[in-house]
Parts: sequence; structure tokens; C-alpha cells
Amino acid sequence: MTQHRDRPGTDILTGRMMDGLQQTRTLAWRSLLQIRHNPWQLGDFSIQPILFLLLFLYVFGGAIAGSTGEYLRFILPGVIVMNMVFVTVYVGHGLNTDLTKGVFDRFRALPIARWAPLAGRIVADLVKQAWSILLLLAVGFLLGFRLGTSVTGLLAMAALVLTLALAVSWIMVLVGVIARDPEHVQLFGFTALFPVTFVSNVFVPVDTMPQWLQGVVNVNPVSNLADASRGLLVGGPVLEPTLWSLAWACAITAVFAPLSVWALNRRLMRG
Amino acid sequence: MSDAIQARGLVKAFGVTRALDGVDLDVRSGSILGLLGPNGAGKTTIVRILATLLRPDAGHATVGGYDVEKQPHQVRQLVGLTGQYASVDDKLTGRENLVLIARLLGQSRVEARLRANALLAEFGLTDAAGRAAKDYSGGMRRRLDLAASLVGRPSMLFLDEPTTGLDPRARLELWSLIRRLVSQGTTVLLTTQYLDEADNLADAIVVIDRGQVIAAGTPEQLKARVGARSLVVRAREASNIRALTEILLELTGTRPTIDGLRLTTPASDPALVPAVVRRLDQTGLTVDELMLRSASLDDVFLSITGRHVEPDDQAS
Ligand SMILES: Nc1ncnc2c1ncn2[C@@H]1O[C@H](COP(=O)(O)OP(=O)(O)O)[C@@H](O)[C@H]1O
Ligand SMILES: [Mg+2]
Repeated sequence: MTQHRDRPGTDILTGRMMDGLQQTRTLAWRSLLQIRHNPWQLGDFSIQPILFLLLFLYVFGGAIAGSTGEYLRFILPGVIVMNMVFVTVYVGHGLNTDLTKGVFDRFRALPIARWAPLAGRIVADLVKQAWSILLLLAVGFLLGFRLGTSVTGLLAMAALVLTLALAVSWIMVLVGVIARDPEHVQLFGFTALFPVTFVSNVFVPVDTMPQWLQGVVNVNPVSNLADASRGLLVGGPVLEPTLWSLAWACAITAVFAPLSVWALNRRLMRG
Repeated sequence: MSDAIQARGLVKAFGVTRALDGVDLDVRSGSILGLLGPNGAGKTTIVRILATLLRPDAGHATVGGYDVEKQPHQVRQLVGLTGQYASVDDKLTGRENLVLIARLLGQSRVEARLRANALLAEFGLTDAAGRAAKDYSGGMRRRLDLAASLVGRPSMLFLDEPTTGLDPRARLELWSLIRRLVSQGTTVLLTTQYLDEADNLADAIVVIDRGQVIAAGTPEQLKARVGARSLVVRAREASNIRALTEILLELTGTRPTIDGLRLTTPASDPALVPAVVRRLDQTGLTVDELMLRSASLDDVFLSITGRHVEPDDQAS
């Protein structure tokens, strides 16, 4: 049924790998295509982050930083990080929809790479993440944000945020596998992510908080990533928060990637 | 002719539920096998094992000569699967759904589009090709689902209750589509809760109940055993049941099954009805109802197991 293209000089394993990557690309394309027919989905990772940015900027900006211009330098990297965390929920949501609707079984019954359906989902979500970052930066620049570093710094920030997005996605894959239906994914995902996001330095500097809370906020990976993003966009310490962020990414992936794959296979084999 | 599908001693348990309890199955190449059974009998579990979606706890099966557990990739290259619930992507259009499968199977953009268009035309979906699948009717979704499983021109097709929930017209349409596929050489494994569907489509029927094969044969053999039709007699009062049982036993040679005031017996002989009427007249018995109807899954069950399909199990 599969029409393998002839690739002289490549062995079977490489051939299968190439096929798998091609299938991943096709499945990612499918996830993104869904948006075209359901434009409201675009709101989840386009309009919502912009609203958050404007809301925080104009409602709290004066109180927190004295002026909105000053606060924009602080909040833009923060909102990019916060939005990244929330958008990962859609990996779990999409995966769960495919599992409960039988679409995943349809893919599994095809002679394609076992990992392609999940990989396609994750790749599609990284594209959405990249789009959200781009959009927030564009709106930020329109509102008067100025890069305090360099384009390299900006690109490094985007790469770092996407790396963390990939790591956090594995948690949401697990939620998507365990949850009964897509609504529960969203309920559980957002309920768990809200405190993690807000008990951080995304919106206010950590030194405004009570001592006991500062300890929690400082080890929160969201804070580390927000600090690193500020350093890379605005200027300031970069190395330490970046290393902490990467350490978190490794730790989360090391725990949740195998756990999610194990849970997925278990759910699939259970029928 | 060789066996396209062969299963031996399949066992599958879900917790304490023994969904399959030693199932043997043979499907001849190029034929339709009808897997007949009530809800919960284990039909879907069998199909999922043969389609490599589920691992059996014991037993083994080959599809096209390939072991479903050891060579799943080869099996997947041969089989098209249409699950019990249409598994199309609601958010994509009909055409996009088919192009997606074609691309996954390695077809080029152009090939994929041509294949999708050909299938859309064949399944009467050309006009709806650009609409999202979530706006399709039940019958259209079923057809799209079936089309999706045919994209790779599989030599074997597994259809799990393809007509459940369809109106009679859509059902007949699907039947003729399935017949056409088989005439082109496709081997079909079809599950159903309806005897008439198995009778209409299948070359061979396997009846399963509670994870076990309880009968197997051609539709003719099965009907000979059950009777293509059933005679239903409804007694006026309980005291008449004994006499009515005697009459039916004498005329048919088999003991009727009794359910309240109702007696049911296989009626393969067209002369049975007039004979019963004559005997009722002679003995002066009056009955509330005397009816001849096509045999149902329930009749098959009654004649084989002596019990009804459980009411909450019956086709919805
Ligand atoms: N994933 C599952 N978890 C628990 N029980 C299941 C699962 N799948 C099927 N069963 C049980 O196994 C039995 C057979 O189910 P199934 O194969 O779906 O029957 P059918 O398709 O004939 O209606 C039923 O009792 C059903 O409840
Ligand atoms: Mg079923």
C-alpha cells in the first residue's frame, strides 16, 4: 500500500526514518489545516496573548512600574513565556480529540511510522508557538518596545522558549492520554498551569513579594525562563537563568517523555 | 483458494471481562465473511486484533500470511479498516481527509488529489468534497470513512458494523458499494448485528456470543438450521400453551421457544402456516396472533443457545 520511493544508497532503516519524517510533516500540516476551517482556533494563540499583553500593560502598568513604557520592557518577555505555557494545552487537547474520536486508530492502522502521529501533533504545536512569539513581538514593537540586545539575542530567546515549549508539551501529552475527553484536558491543563504561571515573576518583580513566596517563585521554571527571556531581549543577566531553564527542560523531558509514551501505548493496547 | 485471514484460539480480556474466549476464524481470499453477534459479543475486539490495533492475550492470527503480532507493518499494508464509529477528521473537508491518507501512504501531491477525487466521485461525495466533515450526514460520514479506508487500494477490508445507525436507503447504498468492491477481488470481513445483512452480503457467516463462536457456515446452512422465517403464535391464555407446544412440535419436529404467551418456531416449510391453522381449527383453540416473519438475530440465538439476545444488548 505504501509507495516507497526508491532511494539508491540508503538502507532500509534510513528509508523508514525519511518516510517517518515525511509522514510527520503531513500530519503536522493536517493539524495546521484544521485552523483554516476553524478560524476561532486562531484566537487561542493569537488574540488571547495580545489581549493579555494589552490588559496587563494598561491596567497594571502604571501601578507596577510607574509607566506603561517601562512596564512593556518587563511584561513583553513575561507574556511570551506565559502564552507559551498555555498554548501547550492544545497539544493535549488535540491528542485527546484524536484518541476519543478514533482518528488516532485510523492512523495506527496505516503502514506508517509508529511515532509519526504524536510527532506530527507536537511539530504542529511548535509552529503555533513560533507564530505566537512572532505575533507578540510584532505587537510589542508596535507599542513601542525596543530591543535592548541584538537580533541574535532575539533569536536565542525564541529558540529557548520553543525548547521549553517542547518540554512542557510532554506533560500535556500525558494529560491528553489520561483525560476522558478534550474538555477535561482543558480544565485540568489550565487549572494546573494557572498557579504555576502566576506564582512567578512574569507580571511583577520577585522582590515585591513576601519572603516565603520568593523562594517558590525563584525556583519556578516559568520565572527562570522569563528572566532568561528578559536578559536576551532587554539586557541583563542571561547565563544563569538560561542554564536553569535548560536544566528544567531536560528534567521535564526526561521524566515526562517516557512516561507519556508509556501511558499512550498502555491506553492504545487497552483498546 | 487460500485463507486470507486465519485466527486460532484468540483470547482477550479487559480486566474481568473476557471479551474473546478462544475464537477461531477463517476467511477465504476474495470472499465476504459476516461476523454476526449482539452488542458486546466481541466483534470489535476481533477486528481490532486483526487490524493490529490490539494484542491478543493468547492465540495467534495471520492476515495475508503475515502474523498480526510479529509483522504488523506488513499487515497494515494489506488492510483497510473502517471502524465501528466513523473516524474521519471532523475539522477537515471530505477531500482533505482523503488527501491526508493518500499522502501518508506515500503518494505525491498530484496522485493524492487524483485518488481523492476519484473516490469522492465513486462514493457520491463530489458535491460535498469542500465541506467540513462535521457537517456531513451520518450516511455521508460512513461513506467518507469507507472511502478513507480504500485510498491505498487494500486487498482486504475490515468493516465494523458499517450500516448500524443508517437509514434503510443509505444501508442499501452501502451494501451495493461493498458488493462492488468484492467483485473487484477484495476480501471483506464484516461485522453486523443483523442477520439479513449477513445473509445479503456474506459468503460465510460466523455467529459469536460472549467471545465464543457458537455457529459457523454459509447463510443457507445457518438458515436451514434456524429457518429463514419464524412462525410466531400468541396464545390467548397461559393454559393453552401446552396444547400449542404439542401442535408445533408435531408439525415442525422442533420444540418451539416460549416467551410469555408467545411461541416461536423456525418455519422453513411454506406449508406450515396452513397446517397450523387447520390444527387450530380442529382442536377449537383460538390464538391472539399468528404471524410469519423473517428470522432475526434473536431467532438465531434462540435456536442455537436457547436464550434471547439480552434486551439491553439488542441493536439500538
Ligand atoms: N477497552 C475496553 N475496556 C473494557 N472492556 C471492553 C473494552 N473494549 C471492549 N470491552 C468489553 O469487551 C466485550 C466485547 O466488546 P466488543 O468487542 O466491543 O463487542 P461488540 O463489538 O461485539 O459489541 C464487551 O463486554 C465490552 O464491554
Ligand atoms: Mg462493536
